[in-house]
Amino acid sequence: MKLPISLTVNGERVEALVEPRLHLADFLREHLRLTATHLGCEHGVCGACTVLVDGAPARACILLAVAADGADIRTLEGLADDPRMAVIKESFHQKHGLQCGFCTPGMLITTLDLLARKPAPDAAEIRAGISGNLCRCTGYQGIVRSIQHAAAALEQAEEA
Amino acid sequence: MKPAPFAFHRPASLADALACLATGEARPLAGGQSLVPMLNLRLTPVDALVELRGVPELAGATETPDGAVYGALLTHAAFEDGQVPDVTRGLMRHVAGGIAYRAVRNRGTIGGALALADPAADWLTTVVALDAEIGIAGAAGTRWVRAEDFVLGPYFTVLEPTELLTAVRVRRLPQTTRWGVCKVAVKVGEYAETLVVALIDPARGESRVVLGALDGAPLLLPATAAAAGAGTAKAALEQTVAVELAGSDRDFTPADLLLHATAVTRAIAEARS
Repeated sequence: MKLPISLTVNGERVEALVEPRLHLADFLREHLRLTATHLGCEHGVCGACTVLVDGAPARACILLAVAADGADIRTLEGLADDPRMAVIKESFHQKHGLQCGFCTPGMLITTLDLLARKPAPDAAEIRAGISGNLCRCTGYQGIVRSIQHAAAALEQAEEA
Repeated sequence: MKPAPFAFHRPASLADALACLATGEARPLAGGQSLVPMLNLRLTPVDALVELRGVPELAGATETPDGAVYGALLTHAAFEDGQVPDVTRGLMRHVAGGIAYRAVRNRGTIGGALALADPAADWLTTVVALDAEIGIAGAAGTRWVRAEDFVLGPYFTVLEPTELLTAVRVRRLPQTTRWGVCKVAVKVGEYAETLVVALIDPARGESRVVLGALDGAPLLLPATAAAAGAGTAKAALEQTVAVELAGSDRDFTPADLLLHATAVTRAIAEARS
């Protein structure tokens, strides 16, 4: 039996009727056509589907849409105008932080949260911070450099 | 993969939640960070889920003079970020920060982790070491069970299908107690290959050393704890650990013995440092 849900996605109110077994990532991708949220493993290991739920990163593939009733969801699309995310995206561009790009939405959202909680992480802290996001191109060196670059650029922007 | 169909209940009180569980056919859903992956992989058949998010009795923490009661729905991140009172001199905060990944810690709950009783999960070994009590609500009211009596084996506890784990009651650690944790995992955020929590208190003569991530319930090591508390030197302590592990009823390979014994001595060394 379908259940009604009411949530906020990227600042907009969304009402829907969904099956309990539908997970949030499929709801975002297939019902709302927000396809920046990628699905890799679908069991909470790869981190490609990471979105912000009430401001905190969560894996959309292991959160049922019915359990997100009432939540405030932000996907990468909803961060298009976020000034900190703009700096992070530019850093990934500059420092070769992506190859195929499949893991990138999750990496970007994880980075946004990591740098909010820990503004100046060292390389080991960055690696621990993104350990739940897998890059199967194995481009981690570029990703770590991108995050270091973003941390420095954000710090500079805040001082200015 | 996608989960098979199931019904979904959203109770708004503990009484409602217990009523939903009364048939014994439904499963409680807390943060879902272990259960939903198992549903996605169709490893766990369920007819109905009972979402606990709206049950106010399971939320929050209460500090008392002798300790704290932590609601089952508190997330690992709430402990990691210091949003709850800490009565364990930083032990629970440290343990919480090492569970899985931040995105999982934001959703996963202490009650869910304990109720699942994955032997390699961090809270189970920790609450046994803390000699905490687990609150269990059922039709007849709430009972409190010592953590070491709560867990019977891998994914196996004294919880009945009609009952709910409501809270964890933790006694305040005395100023004289020092702790050490040694967790070995193949990568950051993975489940532990071995996990040891050591609480050493020579002044009070109370020490506990617990080894987890086994193929059974966490293993208390009283002889090792007594030796650690008595200040036994490293070589003699290693001997005590080896003898106690070999003499336990668990089936360890030589490699397991080395791994676990190393973790035990490291956790004790950290507690003493």
